[in-house]
Amino acid sequence: MSNIENKQSRPWFAAENRSTLIQEYGIFLAFLLLAVILSVSNPYFLTPGNISNVLLQTSINGVLAIGMTFVILTRGIDLSVGSVVALAGMVSASFATTSASAGIAGAPYPFLLALAIGILVGVACGTLVGVIVSRFSVPAFVATLGMLSAARGMTLIYGGGKPVPALTPEFRWIGTGNILGIPMPVILLAVVFAASWWILTRTRFGRYVYAVGGNPHAAKTSGINVTRIRFLVYVISGALSGLAGMMLSARTGSALPQAGIAYELDAIAAVVIGGTSLSGGVGRVTGTLIGALIIGVMNNGLDLMGIQSYYQQVLKGALIVGAVMLD
Amino acid sequence: MQSLLKVEGLKKSFGGVAALRNGQLELQAGSVHALCGGNGAGKSTFLSILMGIQQRDGGTIWRRGKEVLYGNPAEALASGIAIIEQELSPVPHMTVAENIYLGREPSARFGGIDFKKMNRDAQHLLDRLEFNIRATQTMMNLSVAQMQLVEIAKAFSHEAEVIFMDEPTSAIGEKEAQHLFAAVARLKAEGKGVVYVSHRLSEIFQIADSYTVFRDGGYVDSGLLADIDRPGLIRMIVGRELGEEYIKTNEPQGTIGLEVSGLSLPGKIDDISFSVRKGEIFGIYGLMGSGRTEIFNCIFGLDRPSQGEIRLEGERVDVSKPVNAMASGIAFVTEDRKLTGLNLSDSVRGNISLASLPEMSPNFVMKRREEAAASAEMIARFGIKAARDTMPVSGLSGGNQQKVVLGKWFLRNPRLLLLDEPTRGVDVGAKREIYRIICDFTASGGTVVMISSEIDEVLGMSDRILVMRQGKSAGIYDRRATDAQALVHLST
Repeated sequence: MSNIENKQSRPWFAAENRSTLIQEYGIFLAFLLLAVILSVSNPYFLTPGNISNVLLQTSINGVLAIGMTFVILTRGIDLSVGSVVALAGMVSASFATTSASAGIAGAPYPFLLALAIGILVGVACGTLVGVIVSRFSVPAFVATLGMLSAARGMTLIYGGGKPVPALTPEFRWIGTGNILGIPMPVILLAVVFAASWWILTRTRFGRYVYAVGGNPHAAKTSGINVTRIRFLVYVISGALSGLAGMMLSARTGSALPQAGIAYELDAIAAVVIGGTSLSGGVGRVTGTLIGALIIGVMNNGLDLMGIQSYYQQVLKGALIVGAVMLD
Repeated sequence: MQSLLKVEGLKKSFGGVAALRNGQLELQAGSVHALCGGNGAGKSTFLSILMGIQQRDGGTIWRRGKEVLYGNPAEALASGIAIIEQELSPVPHMTVAENIYLGREPSARFGGIDFKKMNRDAQHLLDRLEFNIRATQTMMNLSVAQMQLVEIAKAFSHEAEVIFMDEPTSAIGEKEAQHLFAAVARLKAEGKGVVYVSHRLSEIFQIADSYTVFRDGGYVDSGLLADIDRPGLIRMIVGRELGEEYIKTNEPQGTIGLEVSGLSLPGKIDDISFSVRKGEIFGIYGLMGSGRTEIFNCIFGLDRPSQGEIRLEGERVDVSKPVNAMASGIAFVTEDRKLTGLNLSDSVRGNISLASLPEMSPNFVMKRREEAAASAEMIARFGIKAARDTMPVSGLSGGNQQKVVLGKWFLRNPRLLLLDEPTRGVDVGAKREIYRIICDFTASGGTVVMISSEIDEVLGMSDRILVMRQGKSAGIYDRRATDAQALVHLST
């Protein structure tokens, strides 16, 4: 019994737990091993340009996976993130485009307004899902599956099935700009990661998230408002999906109605590879970040080795299952 | 005459704690044998070994004079032993016939199921047993009592000779129970042997011929029920005189700590009123499902009572939510620590602070040093044995886990402590420490209400005792004015 418990990774407050260190070390080791293999097999892998490229490719999935971590820690799941990426990306783009036909009246608006609107769209989707899951006790799988379809539909309705092109340079900056040579998406990922790490490990809310996922009954009898915590994690996931949606359209320069398809699967994969338990209460956002990096590095490395993307998908599948088996 | 089943010296330990020391039983054909004993007497362990669910550490089982060993439930069933469990587990969306023949459906051509034959056979069986059930009914449309009858029919279809019934009446009404007893009588008439496990002594005297009593994991006595009266049987189940086990040092004060008046929760509890003085330990005794826990759920805001009010030290308090009850100084140590008391995937420290997180994070950010200090204080105060307080709480023994739950609540300095089975699954040493903690709390002016189904504990620790029977109060008794026989009698 205790052995089983020990094998799982634990929140920070149990970090001294020796087996936890091994476990945490394990995922980090796997990541390093992968990096070493790739850098030996291809000298281009470790160049600054390529590292920056890997981080850039990881950033959107990383942001989504961090939001997903909050949800999965409470025993939930959010399948809607990919569609919310598209919806938020499209709505915010319509405020930041110079194209008269694709934008809404008066566009382009200041880029901060467009940014706020994108986050707001994500928050709105998350709020709806959160209310359905926490108040009406609809299983998260079903509620977010519904949102997956509905948000995609709303994206198509909103844009008339057409992309929103010609985004303003200010808006594009969050996807293509850089500060001191560090790409903006990477900076955004770092900020989201740091904030989430702090919330989950240092604040009351973080402790509530772990308690609700670990044992909702015990959390309830300890005076924790389980309904509210369950609601809030979907709002967080929605907000981060909104951010990721804007990062995506800013990087590509236009918002596409088919953006973000199947992104939820990569996000869930990163969380699972990172050691967070789908049964809730156990997991770390650090693991999720490494999980996202492993996926990014693997895709990049296999590209460099010239391996067809079809094989990459098979390997990714094996990696997900293998990571859980080792856990 | 050769017995259907004979067991001697059955032993089983879990992690060094003996759950069963000396299980012994002899069952004759055409008889109903009552297996009696309090909670923790070892009855469930005994049954699960005979069913092949658990493996014995020692002892011998003879089935019709032949020594047997069951590695799994299928082997036990094959040799003619069936059990009707307390918690039935039918497949709700299947029909009665499908449930009876689950896993051994008669086959038709091309690997299909011969539903016609299956329904016909099932109906024959049900008719022969005179159970008024249609074989084609869906299981979920049956009452609990009818499901039990289906289980009996299933046992029959397996040609079981030995049928164990574990607390079959705990979830059904009086009228349905009589129906069940008629079925048991029919089994007996067919020459089967029934082992009947129940806390309800009146039932035992109604349907059983002979008895075996277990206490503290060991065989005590057996015989014919005709040779013994009810007080005599209770004496055997309860056993020893209350010795040194209960150290009671509290002294009720003059002022009222808790007053509950007219508390009702439809279908669960009806018009419950009592008041507890500060420094008093107030016991609640009753069978499972008698509404004991619901009283606590209402006081703590987990259930919403339809009527009634709660006063703490004379003041009416809002207990609409657990967080409000906690703010008024109420603490609730729940019945099942693994289910509702602890977050097993968290550390000892995390569990101790679980109910005090807002207090430890006035500005949203956790004060980690304060948390560590609080955890260390509780560990020292209650003598919790843990290598580090950052270790997982799941690695502690039952007694230490229970002390973590107590620590979680004592950290809030409660005025009223609600204890639901505070020593269940806890060894004797830890039990005494928990009693000491309770007494220290009352000595400092705290009010305690304690639910227990252990009769010794209720009598040994409480000043007064409320007896619950089917959601209603069966009276409040002073500990000196009552005894075990009276409590058992009142609660059944």
